[in-house]
Amino acid sequence: MIDDFFVRALFAGAGLAVMAGPLGCFVIWKRMAYFGDTLSHGALLGVAIGLLFELHLELSVFLVCTLIAITLFMMQRRSSISSDALLGILAHASLAIGLVVLSLMTWIRVDLLGLLFGDILAVTHRDLAIIAGTLGISSIILAIIWRSLFAATVSRDLAEAEGLNPQRAEIIFMLLIASVIAVAIKIVGVLLITSLLIIPAATARRISTSPGQMMLASSTIGFSAVILGLTGSLNLDTPSGPSIVVAAVILFLVSMTPLAHQIRIRLAGSST
Amino acid sequence: MSEQALIQLTNAGYQATDKWLVRDVSFTVNQGEIVTLIGPNGSGKSTTAKMALGILKPTIGQAFRVPGLKVAYVPQKLTIDWTLPLDVEHFFRLTSKPSNEAQYRAIEATGIAHLLNQELRSLSGGEFQRVLIARAIAREPNLLVLDEPVQGVDFSGENELYQLIGTIRDDLNCGILMISHDLHVVMAKTDQVICLNGHVCCSGSPITVSQTDEFQALFGVRGHADIALYQHHHDHHHGADGSITDNHHAGCSHD
Repeated sequence: MIDDFFVRALFAGAGLAVMAGPLGCFVIWKRMAYFGDTLSHGALLGVAIGLLFELHLELSVFLVCTLIAITLFMMQRRSSISSDALLGILAHASLAIGLVVLSLMTWIRVDLLGLLFGDILAVTHRDLAIIAGTLGISSIILAIIWRSLFAATVSRDLAEAEGLNPQRAEIIFMLLIASVIAVAIKIVGVLLITSLLIIPAATARRISTSPGQMMLASSTIGFSAVILGLTGSLNLDTPSGPSIVVAAVILFLVSMTPLAHQIRIRLAGSST
Repeated sequence: MSEQALIQLTNAGYQATDKWLVRDVSFTVNQGEIVTLIGPNGSGKSTTAKMALGILKPTIGQAFRVPGLKVAYVPQKLTIDWTLPLDVEHFFRLTSKPSNEAQYRAIEATGIAHLLNQELRSLSGGEFQRVLIARAIAREPNLLVLDEPVQGVDFSGENELYQLIGTIRDDLNCGILMISHDLHVVMAKTDQVICLNGHVCCSGSPITVSQTDEFQALFGVRGHADIALYQHHHDHHHGADGSITDNHHAGCSHD
């Protein structure tokens, strides 16, 4: 008999993977991997602030990530610091401040390892409802902004010249990333959230011939990584986050073999 | 209706952080008219086009676009990251889904039918330019903006593209704003030439402009010869290699 907490974790992880699939594709298409990393480091600051002011953790993480995203957006437009350096500064500043604030709050016992690397035991029914809600809303929003966002990914000028609104789409996209990060903490932990966005997407690239196909494949691969990782985590008593990421990396390595080429040929044949 | 102004810049200028990229630009593109912006590198051609398109907001002056204007844009640079699997057919639907017949006609006109299932990344420079133009035409725009449409295209392909651009104007009766640093383009059916070098040096019909002192100062006598002889010259510093390629292409008639 599989424990109830395990089933909850599985559903939570599945929801997360499905959500992260399409968003992760955009993250690698737009070369924003480091940007995602910065936001997820900021999530720890969000947790600290949430505990400090007794807010909903997801909400405060979402708000802090959004704040960081907007700061980055503004600074990139006018600052002379390269965005690479800027991201590094913000990532580690928010991670360090978060850790300091957490350690100062001596009246709260915080499971730091759980925050950093995920804790499947911590997934509650309430978390499941939040993940399901976020998945639903973010899918609808992504479907709405899809054309603008994708066109802007190919060429921002072109999208804008032809009457789309790439800036609005990009800001909304950042909010979507922030919301994924907010709900992902318990499953994979702060330090490994970006890998759930990037690795399945990069794996999907190896077997895809169109953007839509790649997003679908990315979700499926992420979903498989969650199942493999959580099963391994339960049996080997390893932390859930790293186990899921290891599973994702194994799938990625498989995709580097000639097998992936075969799959791509088959998918290409069936799609036309 | 054929004289309807599609876009109009009035004394428009754009200032980047501490430098005027271009200023005092005024021109109009009417329906059914081809306007060409020429000028050396860094003369503000792309900036001017971006102001006209609404991508950049003029720091001073006005940019007018007729309400409901449907634009198609062929940008100067477009790089597709290796992580993005995008084939030509999907690329057609980038900003709007063209009607089947418009897409079919654009594919026929540009001769890219054999490329439809290829990934954009795998195309050669010339193929890529034709695909960009095909996508733009398939939108059936009122205004087509082409930023250096013949870059990376070999000599014979270049002539074809100019012919094509003229045909597009006749078929769609749209306005065309074209950017070039290549004088060759200027002759090809252009109605009006705007010669830029940080500001408008001179403007008018191709013949008039080519005879002005400002134009000859910018492009030299050889520039003038280019137009008169309707010939193509690059600054061939690379001698043997370049001339061999050119001869080769002049001799063969693929596509």
